[in-house]
This record gives sequence, structure tokens and C-alpha cells, in this order.
Amino acid sequence: MSRMSKAYIAGIYEHPTRKAVDKTIPQLHAEVAIGALKDAGLTKDDVDGYFCDGDAPGLGGMSMAEYMGLNITYTDTTETGGSSYVVHVGHAVEAIAAGKCNVALITLAGRPRAEGLTTLGARDRGGELPERGFEIPYAPVITNMYGMAAMRHMYEYGTTSEQLAWIKVAASHHAQHNEHALLRDVVTVEDVVNSPMISDPLHRLDCCVISDGGGALIVVSPEIAKSLGDRCVKVLGHGEAVKHLNGGRFDLTYTGAAKSGPIAFAEANLKPADMDYASIYDSFTITVLETIEDLGFCEKGQGGKFVSDGNLISGVGKLPFNTDGGGLCNNHPSNRGGMTKVIEAVRQLRGEAHPKVQVPDCTLALAHGTGGQISTRTGAGTVILGRNDA
Amino acid sequence: MSPQERTYQDPDINMETERYWEGSKNGQLLMKKCNACGKTHFYPRTICPVCSSSDTEWYEASGKGKIYSYSIMRRAKIPYVMAYVTLDEGVTMMTNIVESDFDDVKIGKAVEVTFRDTEGNQSLPVFRLCK
Repeated sequence: MSRMSKAYIAGIYEHPTRKAVDKTIPQLHAEVAIGALKDAGLTKDDVDGYFCDGDAPGLGGMSMAEYMGLNITYTDTTETGGSSYVVHVGHAVEAIAAGKCNVALITLAGRPRAEGLTTLGARDRGGELPERGFEIPYAPVITNMYGMAAMRHMYEYGTTSEQLAWIKVAASHHAQHNEHALLRDVVTVEDVVNSPMISDPLHRLDCCVISDGGGALIVVSPEIAKSLGDRCVKVLGHGEAVKHLNGGRFDLTYTGAAKSGPIAFAEANLKPADMDYASIYDSFTITVLETIEDLGFCEKGQGGKFVSDGNLISGVGKLPFNTDGGGLCNNHPSNRGGMTKVIEAVRQLRGEAHPKVQVPDCTLALAHGTGGQISTRTGAGTVILGRNDA
Repeated sequence: MSPQERTYQDPDINMETERYWEGSKNGQLLMKKCNACGKTHFYPRTICPVCSSSDTEWYEASGKGKIYSYSIMRRAKIPYVMAYVTLDEGVTMMTNIVESDFDDVKIGKAVEVTFRDTEGNQSLPVFRLCK
């Protein structure tokens, strides 16, 4: 059967750099845009819609549109942290379906490594943040905030460090085949649990990499997709959600995926078991574990069992995930991993993933982004994608 | 227990929250409760996030609660315990656990409020394990 799709992903590009000391952020935006347009067989003059996150230089997307020489009649700068680009895909599809644009460009770029970011600094965005006084003095940093989610999940469901470690092990099995991956050594469960404790219960190898670079996506109307050929990938469903501390009544054992996933699956009229491949946001191993449960790949609390024994390794397990090595091993450009999640899902559906990790006859795939922090405020974005003939 | 305790950055204080920080200086943990829906919320706001009423008022919390979750930040120069504590009043707040051996900190353990001076002479509520 051939499923309806309101729009297609026609172009993808992941910047090969992982440390961009010699490039500006605008330059990186332009490089990824050119890469994705070339991949799609389009030029910048075809672009009439532009999407970027709130981190891009300038007010909204205006400075980047000017830098790249885009003439646009539609823009969206929705900011949900690392999930922004997954959300942007959904918004681009809706804009195209409404006739507001025909060729949407989505870009992400950043250089935290070149700028010397470490994981120890408090994330302080300043300004008029209402929660700031009640959080910053306690020194919340990304690792201890995710550590608290992991600790609570372990307490409620008996999840173990060894089970979390399997997620890194699976990512490392995939990353060994990616020449651009920052960490290419295959690791074992023992390697992960014996790596230094950063913030209990998360070890160094439970954490993602810090990397520079970025990526871009081109979303086009069905008419344009038809003219570009069968490398275009269908967008079958999209869901998003914001989860927060809810006035002091919250549960850290789930993420916004518990809402965005069902919305996306319902729109696509598909279920988790239909997915041949999944890109799951992996800032930390716990992020993957909670998200897999929330998306319905297994029951809540069973994530530890589900990810064990190589179940996420392509060619070995039931749910091949993050076959590029993910944020855990390959790339987490600008500390925002949603972009690369969509890119690898598209590679899989095109049959263009590395042969050693390509899922045979990959027809349906999911990409999920998690933004902000799962222990405070988090934005979720889920897309269900299908091969051109899906 | 860490031999040293880290210094605490000043909180941001604004007209909605200054009463909370004054209370802290006086050794009180103040909460905001909504008179319309009866619910306590955290962090304190003028407008209730549960029902949107602006009929909210301050009261002094018991200062007692249980650890909801925690993480020991071992990589910091002076390691510390990041935590969420669920107060007896039903809301959960971000905090640090102090004066306690790291090995004794567990989810579900009873804690009580205490206060620490910040760098700019404000006061910050933190928690310690109940004896």
C-alpha cells in the first residue's frame, strides 16, 4: 500500500566536523544548508521557508536568512532545545500542507567544543526566568539533573547501571563503522560501569559526546518530491509536547515522549511494533531508556530488560537504534541531538546507512528528540517516517 | 560527607518572590497556597499555576519532607548532593542535601530544612537527613 504524506524530507546533511575551530556559526549554518540542498537536488533559490532554533545567531531566523541569501515567505523559530528540529519537521509539514511554503530548510549549527564548554558549568540563561532563583543556587548541571531521573527510575523499577550500559554498548557497536564518529571503540558493559562516576548513578560512558558542527533538512511538498525521485522520505506523523515541573507535582520516570509518541503514532495510523528502525535522543543512557518506554516499545519500567543483551544493536536485536552511533558516540552538535536523529532515520529509509548497520528492507522509522532537561523542563518531538513506497 | 561545603550563589529575587527570601533569612521555609483551589504550589507565584486564581497567600511550611531523588555530583571541585525533596505539604522542590554522609543519602529518607548564607548575604533553604 502507499500511505498518504502531506510532505517529504528530500534532503539531509550532517556536517563532518566535530571540532570547528576555524569556522563561524553562521558559516556552519550555510555549509549544512548547501549540503542538504545539494543532497535534495535543489538550490537556495528554491527555498521559501526557513526554520532554525532560538540559538541561531540573530533575532529568530532573520540574520541567518540574510547571511545565506534566502528569500523566504515563511519562517518558524520554535525553540524546544535539542528536540527543535524534529518539531520543525512537523511544523514544516503543516506549513506545506497549508500552502504557506513549498521548500522548507531547517538548519542547526554550533561550536561548543571550540568554545570550551564543559559539562560542569551550570546552565544559566539568565534574564527573567521565573524559576531561576529556586534552581541556580543549588548548582544544577546537566549530569546531576539526568542523574536524578536515573536514580528515581532505578528506585521505582529496579533498573540497573548494567542495563543502562547496554545502551552505550549498542551505540558503540554502530559507531565503529562511522568514520566521522567521535568515539569509535566498541565498549562493553564492564567498560561503562567501570568508567568514572560523574554524578551518581551516571558514569562518564553514560554521557553523550560534546561536539561542534550541525546539520540540515529539506522538507518539500508532494509535487516537488515527485520531481526529485524516490530518495524522498514520507513524513507520516508528528507529535510534540512540553513537560515541566507542574507547580511541584511531577514524576521523573517519564518524559514528554509519553505524549508526543502517541500523537505521532495516531496520525500515522501505526504502532511501535511497526517500526523497522528508531532514532532515539541519547543525551544520556537514561534518556534512551525512559523514551523507549514512553514511546511504547515496551511497558513502563521494563526498559532495562528491553535494552539489554544487544536488543538495540542492528542485526542483533529487535529494535535497531541510532545506527550512526548517536549522541553517545558519534555526534551531538551544539548539544542538540534532534537533527542527527532525523538524518540517520532518513539514511535508513533510503538504504544509505553504512552497510554494516543498514536495516534490511527498512520501510518505517521513528525519530524522537528530547530537549531541555528531563528533570526540569523538557520539549519532546516525535516523527514517524516512511520510505517513498511505504 | 565532603570535608568542605561549597559556597552558594545568590538567588535571583524579584517582587513576586522577595517574601520567600525574607522568610529564609528568618529561618522560615515559606510556601504559597491558593485560597481558591486549596493547593500549595512551588516555586511560589502570584498566580496559582493549578487554577489561575490570584488569591494566593504565604504560609510557613513544616520544613519536613522526604528525598524524592538525588544525585551526588562527584566531578565538582567540592562534591555536593543535588536533590529533589517532597515536602509534607505535597510539593517537590529542588535543593541540596547537606551535613550528611553521601553514603547515607537515599530516596525516601526523611529530611528537614536548614539554611545557608549565600555569597551576597542572602539565605538559601537546604536540607539535612533527620536524626
